[in-house]
Amino acid sequence: MALRTLQVSPGFMRFMPKEYQDLVEKGPFGRKLKLSDLGTYKELLEEHPMCEGCAMAFFIRLALTALPAPEHTVILGTAGCGRLSLSQAAIPFVYGNYCDTNGVATGIKRGLALRFPDQPKDVVVMAGDGGLADIGFSQVLHGWFRQEKFTTVMLDNEVYGNTGGQESGMTKRGEVVKMAPVGKKFDKIDMIGLAKTAGVAYIARLTPTNPSRIVSTIRKAVLIAREVGPTYVQAYTSCNIEYAIPPQQVMEDARRVEKERYGFLEVMSEEAKAFLGGGEV
Amino acid sequence: MANTVNQRVVTPEHLLFEAPRTKAFITGSEAASEAVRRANVDIAIAYPITPQSETMERIGNLFAEGYIRDYYRAEDEVGAFSAISGASRTGVRCMTASSGPGLMRGLETIASWPGHRLPLVFLIMCRVINAPLSIQPDNLELDYMLTSGNILLHGENQQDFFDYTLAGFAISEKCEVTLPVAVAVDGFFVTHARAWVEMPSAELKLPPRDCYSEAVPMIDNENPPVRIARDAPIQKSNFISYQMHAAWQQEIHAAHERSRKWVSRYINGLVEVVNPEAETLIVASGSAVSQSREALRQAEEMGKKVGLIKVKSLRPFPTAELRAACRHAKRIIVPEFNCPGWLNREVRATLYGHSEAKIADGPRVYGGITMPTELILEWLFKSE
Ligand SMILES: Cc1ncc(C[n+]2csc(CCOP(=O)(O)OP(=O)(O)O)c2C)c(N)n1
Ligand code: SF4
Repeated sequence: MALRTLQVSPGFMRFMPKEYQDLVEKGPFGRKLKLSDLGTYKELLEEHPMCEGCAMAFFIRLALTALPAPEHTVILGTAGCGRLSLSQAAIPFVYGNYCDTNGVATGIKRGLALRFPDQPKDVVVMAGDGGLADIGFSQVLHGWFRQEKFTTVMLDNEVYGNTGGQESGMTKRGEVVKMAPVGKKFDKIDMIGLAKTAGVAYIARLTPTNPSRIVSTIRKAVLIAREVGPTYVQAYTSCNIEYAIPPQQVMEDARRVEKERYGFLEVMSEEAKAFLGGGEV
Repeated sequence: MANTVNQRVVTPEHLLFEAPRTKAFITGSEAASEAVRRANVDIAIAYPITPQSETMERIGNLFAEGYIRDYYRAEDEVGAFSAISGASRTGVRCMTASSGPGLMRGLETIASWPGHRLPLVFLIMCRVINAPLSIQPDNLELDYMLTSGNILLHGENQQDFFDYTLAGFAISEKCEVTLPVAVAVDGFFVTHARAWVEMPSAELKLPPRDCYSEAVPMIDNENPPVRIARDAPIQKSNFISYQMHAAWQQEIHAAHERSRKWVSRYINGLVEVVNPEAETLIVASGSAVSQSREALRQAEEMGKKVGLIKVKSLRPFPTAELRAACRHAKRIIVPEFNCPGWLNREVRATLYGHSEAKIADGPRVYGGITMPTELILEWLFKSE
């Protein structure tokens, strides 16, 4: 059980920072927790340097609470805003180069499968729209075509947030952002359609308006990736800085976007459906 | 995915130096894959490019035969090199290979392996870098490897390709090293030509990777510290983060220094010196060594004594060995298969202030041109 790796020799426990003691004693490891348990246990992620009111930070917090086995989960991120908090979570986090998340995840998943054939290890990529739909596009698609068993979560803020607001392939057509001085000339890349074509076992699109939906979606995605095949979650996580959304209006914006063009969508393969039908999630 | 072939685990020392060997007349591609057969590799990831492809195809066959536990053809070199880096992080033994343009495509990834402290073996079958397009041998890509932080060995022939590949795994996984090892040979001259290669029995293999004895924790949620991921970005703009990054870079260089004794042990010294007393010397690496040996023989027939220093390891560079071997030299030439002359630059920088010798700026061939011994002889005795 990997939980033991967190534990400290009893004699030393009292010298550890309170934060750490809490993580060992009241963390989510090895426990089956629900969304409604939030506030009763020590979360994987607490402090982080993302912007005030950032929807992405909110989404990441909830996504982390949804992991079915955090003690056996590896998270991969890359250049972009998300890694600012992901790297501070109490979970092994891999940060390679910008573009490589899904290639590295392939190697990690396969390596862990060889070393621990009897212990499922969950691998989850969480990266920006630029990281996955532009520079990492090839690795994302090929991982899907190869049917690699890990989860890809796109933190879609429809812009390159971390480098200061440039156009990405997931920016809306017509949007005037940096490097699109006269407006973006083409539509958002249809990653959902591409995922279908590539035979992704579970595909979901959502906004952060509904916390329990975030939790159930991520949980399904991780469990299906463990047992069936690749899974993809595309989450609208607005950038309040680059799109000038006042922090108190972030949820209002998400609700509007959800209604207009980002409605909840779930696509499942027959095998994934059968798997879900057979057990609780 | 099961490793079905039964092989006996022996120490690297036994496999490399003690086990009886038999001779086979094989290509460099065959030699490299025969080394991998005996290397207890968990994962190999391939992407085709001439002149590398044949080796990785053969390694694919090893997977089919049960000598390797996982193998696939990646989407491109960035995909292959990234996936290898993921696999290495989990503690399995892994390898990949490429040539000129493929290496250049994956260079960001290659240069990030050392920083992530990833033991793995990367085979390089040297080839011209475009443009114009060409598939011919030319080892310009090694210039880019010199500052990549990878350990870099340069084999002369098929035998070296076999031995250095096996040695590469042993060096790479030593705790005080914990770095990727690149093993290069010149394409076609070595990969596609046959020569006699002496090999220990295929019933023997290296011990498995002992990942908990390395310098950094694995990403496997099984060994502490779990909370401090190896790959935390040091991106804040403050003095502490600058210091951390600087210290990390220094540590990679320190690991190179610490690797010297292991490289030296497993490939029998960083250099080989022929005719150490000669005042006219050739310094070479790779296939240029073979051509230099022949030039040496021809010079002897002409009654002239010439020495040869074969540089086997480019990183770590044999600084002390080269200075000692060149102390009394009067003239040095550096035959190379590349246009800018990276070995020449290394030799000059190393010998500056340590030798009175005149160092010729050549001879060099590139773009696929061969190196006739006449050219070496002409450069050797040009000044006379
Ligand atoms: C190879 C490489 N190219 C470019 C960059 C610069 N870069 C860093 S973060 C980033 C944009 C991130 O945007 P996105 O992936 O959408 O994530 P976000 O910051 O919006 O969450 C870019 C272009 C880099 N780090 N590496
Ligand atoms: S720049 Fe945008 S996406 Fe990044 S942390 Fe700030 S609000 Fe969030």
